[in-house]
Amino acid sequence: MSKSNLVTDAAAEFKGRATNKQKVQALLHKYPWVSSAVVLVFALFIFSFGNENFLTPNNLSLILQQTAVIGAIAAGQTLIILTAGIDLSCGAIAIFASMVMAKTAFVNGWPAWAAFMLGIAVGTGAGAFNGWLITKVNLPPFIVTLGTFNVFSALTLFYATGRTIMDKELEPFFLYLGNPIPLGEFKITYGVLLVIVMYLILAFSLRYTGWGRHVYAVGDDIEAARLAGIQVKRVLMSVYVTAGFIFAVTSWVIIGRVAAASPNSGSNLNLDSITAVVIGGTSLFGGRGAIFGSLIGAVIVGVFRNGLTLAGVDLYYQTFAVGVLIIAAVSIDQWIRKAGV
Amino acid sequence: MSNSVAPVLEAKNLVKTYGRVVAIDGADLQLFPGEILAVVGDNGAGKSTMIKCLSGAETPDGGVMELDGKPITFRRQKDSRDAGIETVYQTLAVSPALDIAANLYLGREIRKKGPLGSIFRMLDNSGMKKSAKEHITSLGIGTIQNMSQAVETLSGGQRQAVSVARAAAFGQKVIIMDEPTAALGVRESGQVLKLIQSLRERGLAVILISHNMPQVFEVADRIHIQRLGKRIAVVTPKSHTMNEVVAVMTGALTLEEKDQTLGPIR
Repeated sequence: MSKSNLVTDAAAEFKGRATNKQKVQALLHKYPWVSSAVVLVFALFIFSFGNENFLTPNNLSLILQQTAVIGAIAAGQTLIILTAGIDLSCGAIAIFASMVMAKTAFVNGWPAWAAFMLGIAVGTGAGAFNGWLITKVNLPPFIVTLGTFNVFSALTLFYATGRTIMDKELEPFFLYLGNPIPLGEFKITYGVLLVIVMYLILAFSLRYTGWGRHVYAVGDDIEAARLAGIQVKRVLMSVYVTAGFIFAVTSWVIIGRVAAASPNSGSNLNLDSITAVVIGGTSLFGGRGAIFGSLIGAVIVGVFRNGLTLAGVDLYYQTFAVGVLIIAAVSIDQWIRKAGV
Repeated sequence: MSNSVAPVLEAKNLVKTYGRVVAIDGADLQLFPGEILAVVGDNGAGKSTMIKCLSGAETPDGGVMELDGKPITFRRQKDSRDAGIETVYQTLAVSPALDIAANLYLGREIRKKGPLGSIFRMLDNSGMKKSAKEHITSLGIGTIQNMSQAVETLSGGQRQAVSVARAAAFGQKVIIMDEPTAALGVRESGQVLKLIQSLRERGLAVILISHNMPQVFEVADRIHIQRLGKRIAVVTPKSHTMNEVVAVMTGALTLEEKDQTLGPIR
């Protein structure tokens, strides 16, 4: 009895010896998105001095609308990065799906719902193709998606014959997500709402279901996960298919946001989404991170770009600032990891 | 020697090659109910490969495996678990960022009761934590208190304890342990050895792979000696000395079949 007490006391004393720095480190280790949330609040505070219009409902709604597309792509990207993968083809899949939707509806005269379903199926299929190459042909995700990024981009241009389909040519259904929800002075669009709902569903699945736990386990140590009886290939495949579905849904958000379907847009979506995920505290090495961090990360990038623009700062410096953010985020991630040892 | 007791797990003429490397070359193994079978052998004797075949982590290229006299083929790790075989791997197979309870139930999570579990597929985290605590406590690892602690924050010995506790908690017929005391201190090693003996008392059959001869001689009922991908002898701690076992292991001594203990001893 006294012996076991001794052991407990010794362990407790050991814990009590942590310095404040170590406590912060341990907190961030447990909740990696906290640091990005702090950065967000800090940025909102700083930029409010840059321009009096920054902290207005109108401008904040605008930031959210600008963030919705990257936020949506980042949701799928987070799933993949949690498994220690990466997807460079995400933007290409979304644009491809948007062209399929718009062209089958406008050129081929399909009803909106059928064109939409086909676009979703194409996007999900593209994700499944990535997953197949990664799990069955055993290629690294970086190589697979670098290849399919080019393939899907080329297919899009080929299919769309370089033509943008404008809002007047599209049925209201496709533009629906661009409509604002009346919320006082805030002009949140249905697209923003859809992205938030998507994050809620994913956060629930990752946190409370066995599937979510397996996603983390596979990214953390794939061999350990396999030996522990997890069917790792099935988990990976499910992640790439789900991500493809998310990218396809994003294409709807894109059409609503830009009020057009253009084959030439979205070439930076892949790197922008990875930026959002990394700034949101998810580790590129897999197994660590939270999905809401990516939404915060996307908003941070949006806040920086918007805030610096309103403060009259040149575009070059905005890009510079985003670069600094990425490096700072990864540095913090490395520091946090030390708490685990 | 009587063979009236049927082996619970039997492997005949197992072959496994990796490219041109022959890891096991016609290996046999017999494991009887309620015994501790130590598997010893020099490095490269094919111990780990044989264990991987028996636990479903690898598929043998040739040979047959039988569980309770019925032929078995494991396509994946889960198949062996479902058949009642649990394994403690040398690498421990724990997920560092997940907590202790999540690791204990990794790959066989329990869902909440009612619609929350069946429709929303929610995990019963508090229930899993509670029973994880019971399993860890029954191992006597007093230093692990908090089941929400990530495994990466544990010491090497504590991680091993988690892996051993997982096998002990879920093993139905056979438990395979690959160097379970390798990273443990004296006190924890003693606890694991005690645990192995208590598993035998529960009627489980245990395969213990170890390089630690004093430990092998302390707990094993029979000692399976592997050399160059084959079983070359089976002895008991009573019939042979440590030096003889080491000599057989390294090829310095060859045992006649009549001197061996191929059948059950109890």
